[in-house]
Amino acid sequence: MLDRIASLGRLGLDIVASLGRSGRFLAGVLSGVPRPVTGFPLLVKQIYAVGVLSLAIVVVSGLFIGMVLGLQGYTILSDYGSEAAIGQMIALTLVRELGPVVTALLFAGRAGSALTAEIGLMKATEQLSSMEMMGVDPLRRVIAPRLWAGFIAMPILALIFSVVGIWGGMLVGVEWLGVFEGSFWGNMQSSVDFVDDVMNGFIKSVVFGFVCAWIAVFQGYDCVPTSAGISSATTKTVVYSSLAVLGLDFVLTAVMFGDF
Amino acid sequence: MAQRTIEIIVGLFMVAGLAALLVLALQVSGLSPKAAESTYTLYANFNDTGGLTPRGKVSMAGVTVGTIESISLDKETFQARVKMSIHSEVDNIPADSSAVIRTSGLLGEQYIDISVGGDMESLQAGDTFYSTQSAMNLERLISNFASGK
Repeated sequence: MLDRIASLGRLGLDIVASLGRSGRFLAGVLSGVPRPVTGFPLLVKQIYAVGVLSLAIVVVSGLFIGMVLGLQGYTILSDYGSEAAIGQMIALTLVRELGPVVTALLFAGRAGSALTAEIGLMKATEQLSSMEMMGVDPLRRVIAPRLWAGFIAMPILALIFSVVGIWGGMLVGVEWLGVFEGSFWGNMQSSVDFVDDVMNGFIKSVVFGFVCAWIAVFQGYDCVPTSAGISSATTKTVVYSSLAVLGLDFVLTAVMFGDF
Repeated sequence: MAQRTIEIIVGLFMVAGLAALLVLALQVSGLSPKAAESTYTLYANFNDTGGLTPRGKVSMAGVTVGTIESISLDKETFQARVKMSIHSEVDNIPADSSAVIRTSGLLGEQYIDISVGGDMESLQAGDTFYSTQSAMNLERLISNFASGK
């Protein structure tokens, strides 16, 4: 019985210690902002790995999600004879919610797991400690470019996701199901507000990008340096990022769109 | 891959992101890059504003001529005081025009429609509409009908 209680206590202490380590880790990384001249090529390379290579999955999912929204919206709205409202439905859903959230989930799966595995393997093969031996700060050389790359790439991916999704919805709604194009765009423009909808969605994606990149690099840096440790760190990255994104999404939505 | 190629691709990626933001701004939210239009302020008092909200539109003959700035309660008369900003090119609203709260469609949002009067004088900045017509309340209408009034 006492053993059970002790293991519970150890679990709690572990969680608190890991939160503290991740906070100190973040402070260390952020204080080591990449130097403008030497850090820039590293940053560009990471934006390529994290952002550009995630473009394919983001564009394809955005297209299909927009098309599904168009079909589902048409089925429901045509019962009330208001198919023209399909434009505002697709745009609001994508810009406010699905754009940032689905992109963040895809980003955690596609880019976050890769970051964790890469850094974890660097740690397991003692590349990080040999860097320290050579007097190169691994936080500044390895971690900081990856964190900043995720932070920069994620909002761009979310914007592209929303635009492609709206285009997919237009393909289904206007080209296939025959909703009048003028009322499709007109309804959308009259109900979507740039600051309230587009910018709030953008802020969401910035927050998600930061959280996903932070979790990914921390899990890699903090993993047990064995093959089993790397695999469990990669799993944790995807699980924690998804949970953090969905939880934060609720909080941000309540703050941004809740009337209180 | 050469560093330069990567830099070009990342540059294109950033440009694609900016283009997406522009599309969202211009095409999706209908933000038009115009300077802040010069406006003047008019007031109207209503017994019941219903679901009227700030940033709602003010229209004449269906054309939008301004927006609702704020809605506040007048503590003297217990009426709602609506502050509207009207585009300054529409400077000849007859002084006996009335402000009517209407609903776009059956369930749409509410807006203020200015029904034009016939006076030769026109409303100046800071003036208050003389006659107004409050929001139609569907529930009150039904309950009046049911109780036979």
